Amino acid sequence: MNNQEREPIFSAKNLKLLTEPLGKNNPITVQVLGICSALAVTVKLKPAIVMALSVIIVTAVSNFVIAAIRQYIPDRIRIIVQLVVIATMVILVDQFLKAYVFDVSKQLSVFVGLIITNCILMGRLEAFAMGNKPWPSFIDGIGNGAGYGIILVVVAFVREFFGSGTIYGYPVFEKLGIYKAGYENNGMIILPPMALILVGLIIWLQRSRNRSLIEKQ
Amino acid sequence: MKQFSNRYIFIFSSVMVVAVATLLSLAATLLQPAQERNLEIEKKRNMLESINISSTRGNTEDLYDKYINESFVINSKGEPVDGVDAFTVVLKNEQKKPPEEQYLPIFRAVPDDGEKVIIIPVEGKGLWGPIYGYVALKSDMNTIYGVNFDHKGETPGLGAEINTSAFESQFHDKKLFDDENFVSVQVIKGGAADADIHGVDAISGGTITSKGLQKMIFDCIQKYDDYLLKNRN
Repeated sequence: MNNQEREPIFSAKNLKLLTEPLGKNNPITVQVLGICSALAVTVKLKPAIVMALSVIIVTAVSNFVIAAIRQYIPDRIRIIVQLVVIATMVILVDQFLKAYVFDVSKQLSVFVGLIITNCILMGRLEAFAMGNKPWPSFIDGIGNGAGYGIILVVVAFVREFFGSGTIYGYPVFEKLGIYKAGYENNGMIILPPMALILVGLIIWLQRSRNRSLIEKQ
Repeated sequence: MKQFSNRYIFIFSSVMVVAVATLLSLAATLLQPAQERNLEIEKKRNMLESINISSTRGNTEDLYDKYINESFVINSKGEPVDGVDAFTVVLKNEQKKPPEEQYLPIFRAVPDDGEKVIIIPVEGKGLWGPIYGYVALKSDMNTIYGVNFDHKGETPGLGAEINTSAFESQFHDKKLFDDENFVSVQVIKGGAADADIHGVDAISGGTITSKGLQKMIFDCIQKYDDYLLKNRN
């Protein structure tokens, strides 16, 4: 905080905040946070994308707000203040979804509300925003939200493709005429446990490519 | 981290709460018209579903105006009540009133096959929260033309199955009355026999939602008893 010289908006350090959570510090596959909603909203791509965007907005803005007022937040009630900021943001997002994308808000139903309890948010506020300036915190929020979102979208893509035979609602398999050849959608992949298995596979893939992530015995 | 006095903490929290409350109420007020419109379209859409017409968000209003041409409110004796708009009646509030004071909305529709249909809204309790829907009856006031159910938060894959067309389509051509006696539709665990004109298959794993649905249809439509018997042909 005593660092007075201005750094460029997209300095190497800030860019790292954005890109690290996408890969080697991914909130889902490395920090293993926010799993529950990753299982719940990944049956179809559309709700997964909206959920990802909502989480990006909420993490970025609440990170920014908390970082901006961090010096005025009394230490003893900081968790309460963080929760109030998150809850406010989530309710705002929920209200906007209800007003402008009603169908999606109906599908997401309780999960938008559950962003409040998404561990990624509290984790980032407590670990990053409380000790950093607003702008890096904002970027950190976007990075972590996007890191969460990218896994959501990948899992949702696989589940929608094999589970319902569509991509973003477009009936790919039907157009290709694969059903006529005797193919059937895999009903099991729609169930939540398959999402967990897919996340597990992603973690496996990531660790086998990046050995530094494997814990030492 | 600095140490703050208790006084500061109290003032900080008060200011924070007031600021947040203002922001939220502002957002709620500004977005309310758009949200209410969505709910209205949703209601019309569900009503159209009950007479087997699927609509998109864009053409719901047109289709509603085309097919659903009359709505009115009756009381428990089957007499019409003037001066109440059936569309704005909130069933949940009506159900809290004593039976003789309740407004019972009815919508008339004529789908493409020319059948003169009445649509009755129903509302009841599922496992986690409210379930609701529309039951459309043919002009004999006995045979079900179609239904639409929806829910607030039943378990996906179990209770939530009530709004799938696989479940809803079972209600087609089921009968509500045995001669003059109101028997409604039973949701039968283990599956209803094909010849059963009052029974449909329950949802496996969704017993409480299924039971709630059965009670909802019985309770809500029983109130229309007099009207239905008087107007059957």
